[in-house]
Amino acid sequence: MIEVENLTKYYGNLAAIRNLNFRVEQGEILGFLGPNGAGKTTTMRILSGYMPPSAGAARVAGFDVFADSLEVRRRIGYMPETVPLYPEMSVGSYLDFMARIRGVSDRKTRVKAAMEACHITDKADTVIGKLSKGYRQRVGLAQALVHDPEVLILDEPTIGLDPKQIIEVRELIKELGHERTIILSTHILPEAQQTCDRVLIINEGEIVAEGTSRQLTDRLARGTLLHVQVAQPGQEVIEALRRVPGVLGVAPENGGVYGVTCAQGQDCRATIATTVVNGGWGLLELHSVEMSLEDIFLKLTAEEATTPMDDQQTEEGRSHHA
Amino acid sequence: MRNALAIARRELQAYFVSPIAYVVTAAFLLVSGYLFAAILLLSQEATLRYLFGNLTTILLFVAPLLTMRLLAEEQRSGTLELLLTSPVQDWEVVLGKWLASLGLFAGIMLLTGYYPLILWRYGNPDWGPVLTGYGGVLLLGGTLLALGTLTSALTSNQIVAAVLGVGLSVLTWLIDALSQFTGPPVSGVFDYLALSTHFYDFLRGIVDTKDVVYYASVIVVTLFLATRVLETRRWR
Repeated sequence: MIEVENLTKYYGNLAAIRNLNFRVEQGEILGFLGPNGAGKTTTMRILSGYMPPSAGAARVAGFDVFADSLEVRRRIGYMPETVPLYPEMSVGSYLDFMARIRGVSDRKTRVKAAMEACHITDKADTVIGKLSKGYRQRVGLAQALVHDPEVLILDEPTIGLDPKQIIEVRELIKELGHERTIILSTHILPEAQQTCDRVLIINEGEIVAEGTSRQLTDRLARGTLLHVQVAQPGQEVIEALRRVPGVLGVAPENGGVYGVTCAQGQDCRATIATTVVNGGWGLLELHSVEMSLEDIFLKLTAEEATTPMDDQQTEEGRSHHA
Repeated sequence: MRNALAIARRELQAYFVSPIAYVVTAAFLLVSGYLFAAILLLSQEATLRYLFGNLTTILLFVAPLLTMRLLAEEQRSGTLELLLTSPVQDWEVVLGKWLASLGLFAGIMLLTGYYPLILWRYGNPDWGPVLTGYGGVLLLGGTLLALGTLTSALTSNQIVAAVLGVGLSVLTWLIDALSQFTGPPVSGVFDYLALSTHFYDFLRGIVDTKDVVYYASVIVVTLFLATRVLETRRWR
């Protein structure tokens, strides 16, 4: 449905994206994952026909985004990061306008359907300027849907929402993904894991990893990181923890906290708890640490520099950023 | 074209919820009403000729106030991204915006329609110059609004767009002054380029095709330039 070949975009001398290559199949939800300034928005702007690439090509449903821009734009629903709304318009008339300039023939039906899909039907007559952030986000999503496009491009669809709204929007995207091809960008790893069929990790304008979220975690997580806090820290605690079966490394931090790396597929939490309690050091806290996007980037960039990494380095890298 | 009309329609609606349109309309009608009354009482002539002559000066400042929002605000708020990623040609966006401002301006001029009615009630006006005068004001207004649309495309700041618009309007209005420093044939070029030199025939009740073609060409060229400016937004 979407094919991207050697896509490159320069702003002056600065390359925002370099030689991106990827495909999105029909009905797939692809997640762009990356920190701010990684090139996610640039890629989406090119795909939506907002700006042309400096080099390379992108096709949506077989149409080139530059040469057949209008054909592409007809097939795409795009929600930019700062949701562009006319604050003085009511939700209904805004959606009607968007439907009009996208050449929708039965506007009443489509506007109603888009509002229903985004659960904003009761706000049809409300002026957009008076809506909360969460509702504005949904209106933004509704405008992307109003012409029933084959492809949805959503730039940070959940940014700035409260947790409940985030869950709602994710559910909505999953629902929409049943019959549409969707590209969404995010810098939140769990979001990509939960919502997307496949994830592209972009850093400094290049794809650094690609795969299903399962594949990525398997590739990246060489072990699980645990945080253990004890009341009486000391050298003997470290030694005792190192002796626990499955533990790959122990990194002491401040305040009696130890970062403990366990081998993949082994749950050493119970054994660690017993060890600390039996040693009489006073177990205060024990929890596993979710790998953050930051860690993944550190890993990915570090992997490129020094492959293979030994476990000691991994441990240190993590404990600094956990 | 259908898209341009849709955009014009939305923009016109937006005018009516923004205070700027009301304030500008009220101020314009106040000043023109004052001028109408003053000129009428002093000259005791049933003509709008002097009024229109004075209104042009006000228009140079009022037109950019009506257009400053058009594209600058879309760029500031990011809604331009929405228009430019919809299946709409760039020229349709520009044309729609200009049509909306022209619609509002025509509405304002319609509100001055009671001036000729007063003249007709108490005197015997010559209808020819009244009608061609209105035609000339609409043509000139349309041209100034096009210039304003262009300056609004150049920036995302409404104030900057308005100031640039006033500057450009006044400059094009007065450019014939340069002809006094240059001999023919250069002076003829400046005379032809000036907005002002093409206006006065309308007040005398004369519609010269050359003048109509002049204003129409300036409108087309200016809107074309505005479209190109909008296109360059994509490359930045």
